[in-house]
Amino acid sequence: MAGLREGEVRIPSGCAIAAVISREGKKMTGESIMESMKPMHDRSNGLGGGFAGYGIYPEYKDYYALHLFFDCRDTRKACEAFLKESFEVVKGELIPTRKIPEITDEPIIWRYFVTPLPSVLRDLQLDEKEFVARTVMKINTEMTGAYVFSSGKNMGTFKAVGFPEDVGRFYRLDEYEGYCWTAHGRYPTNTPGWWGGAHPFTLLDYSVVHNGEISSYDANRRFIEMFGYKCNLQTDTEVITYILDYLLRVQGLTLTEAANVIAAPFWSTIEGKTDAYEKQKLQFLRTVYPSLLVTGPFSIVLGFDGGLMALNDRLKLRSMVVGEKDDKVFIASEEAAIRVMEPNVENIWAPAGGEPVIVTVKEGAY
Amino acid sequence: MKVDVSSLDFREVNDKLREQDGECTLTGCLGQRFIAAGMANREITIEGTPGNALGAYLNGADITVCGNAQDAVGDTMNAGRIVVHGNIGDAAGYAMRGGKIFVRGNAGYRAGIHMKAYKEKIPVMVIGGSCGSFLGEYQAGGVIVVLGLSDEKAAGAQGSRRIVGNFPCTGMHGGKMFLRTDAKDIAFPWQVTARPAEEADLAEIRGYVEEYCSLFGCDVDEVMNASYTVVTPDSRNPYKQLYVAN
Repeated sequence: MAGLREGEVRIPSGCAIAAVISREGKKMTGESIMESMKPMHDRSNGLGGGFAGYGIYPEYKDYYALHLFFDCRDTRKACEAFLKESFEVVKGELIPTRKIPEITDEPIIWRYFVTPLPSVLRDLQLDEKEFVARTVMKINTEMTGAYVFSSGKNMGTFKAVGFPEDVGRFYRLDEYEGYCWTAHGRYPTNTPGWWGGAHPFTLLDYSVVHNGEISSYDANRRFIEMFGYKCNLQTDTEVITYILDYLLRVQGLTLTEAANVIAAPFWSTIEGKTDAYEKQKLQFLRTVYPSLLVTGPFSIVLGFDGGLMALNDRLKLRSMVVGEKDDKVFIASEEAAIRVMEPNVENIWAPAGGEPVIVTVKEGAY
Repeated sequence: MKVDVSSLDFREVNDKLREQDGECTLTGCLGQRFIAAGMANREITIEGTPGNALGAYLNGADITVCGNAQDAVGDTMNAGRIVVHGNIGDAAGYAMRGGKIFVRGNAGYRAGIHMKAYKEKIPVMVIGGSCGSFLGEYQAGGVIVVLGLSDEKAAGAQGSRRIVGNFPCTGMHGGKMFLRTDAKDIAFPWQVTARPAEEADLAEIRGYVEEYCSLFGCDVDEVMNASYTVVTPDSRNPYKQLYVAN
């Protein structure tokens, strides 16, 4: 299987996820979230690990931070030329990494802080976010050897083939500070495990880490690709990311509504609702978006600008635990991971299947 | 004998346990899986948070967890006892075929999934608090008791919860379930019968409730003096023609 990448083969998942957020917007280095992955080491198999940090680029917070993998220098040069046609690129640099024996065969890893040229947006009559999203899709679909793996403002994802704790050290996450971090340890079951296929999957400021394996992948993919999204990697988490971008950004649904679409309650459960408005709304969402119901096991954490949402599939076929301490909220596949981050954690609980846990940072603090 | 296991992985923890005879306390436990798997004839106390599949294939050992336990406690256990003073995660007692599990707090989803009994082997699980959805899914034997005693604070953290979540007893085809509630707000599948427990039913579980109360310090008469619902499968083959014409 050597040399194969996502999208080229499908192998017929146990993973680990974790997250921490400060409701006060207090900054934390990546150390704590890296530590949290250690007791869950055996949930991964060394074929993928990754992190997303929010609030990590305050000096460039008005620019989209594009993180890219390149296979060679020529691809990078070509991609840079392409970007400069429609973006102002205020900075481009290698993402700093640490050489460690556990992480090998790295591609060329760069980041660019960019903003779309106003003239380009005017000509295309597109808003900024839509144009950035389309550019990401274009590079990832058409430019062989280049892959955008992070494209939000004041946030960034960092991922690689390896165990998550090693991936964090490789990317020097102890040197970044953010108000929210999410993490993933991968045990790929359907694809061979390439750097691009590690989690988090992202589009704009949305990032998704996922434990599970959804059974509705192709149904979801066929529907979402009608709206300009391209699922390039055959991995289920990619389609979940695009579904959430579509529901939240394009359709303007609230987080709870989006959760009620992808983890919709059973009709029998909806039937039993006593609140007439809630009942009608759940019926409406299931009727309008039947193709975006995500079935099969998943527990996910969605990160976004100023908050996160944790969600289990409606049957709760994967574990997820939430805990709190002061301004912080912790989420993980296992309680042990939370106790590493905060030994004195309080209010430990397990959300029910399909019950979203939404945490936002107070206004003005991020 | 006390063993600090904070720097040990799961294999090393079990190696340490095998070296001991009799009572042993593990301190600093944090996420190590398969603790005491298959072990017999010893008493183990765990401080910290044991990992998934605690006491899997347990064969007679007695385990006490001072705090919470994670998923799949007592997976396929054969004999012995697991006592958890906090809450437990999902799929507790998965396919257990003997022994007892006592939990002071709440259980996650699918507690008692596919429990089974054989001749003198009757597994028992007593949950002091409430349970998530799919309680007793595919239950084939044994006894599940849910007391719904969880304190206000625990209930508040999870919203106002019923004693069990949705879809209890889905696929149940053997054994018995006892819920300390009149169960008016619980929907059961048509393949099971839920009825108010009578004196003879309650006599069956009194011994288990007594054991629960002596472990966690509550009053037996107070706990027993309530309406209970007993659930059993309808007939010997309630799923006839569910999948194929058989």
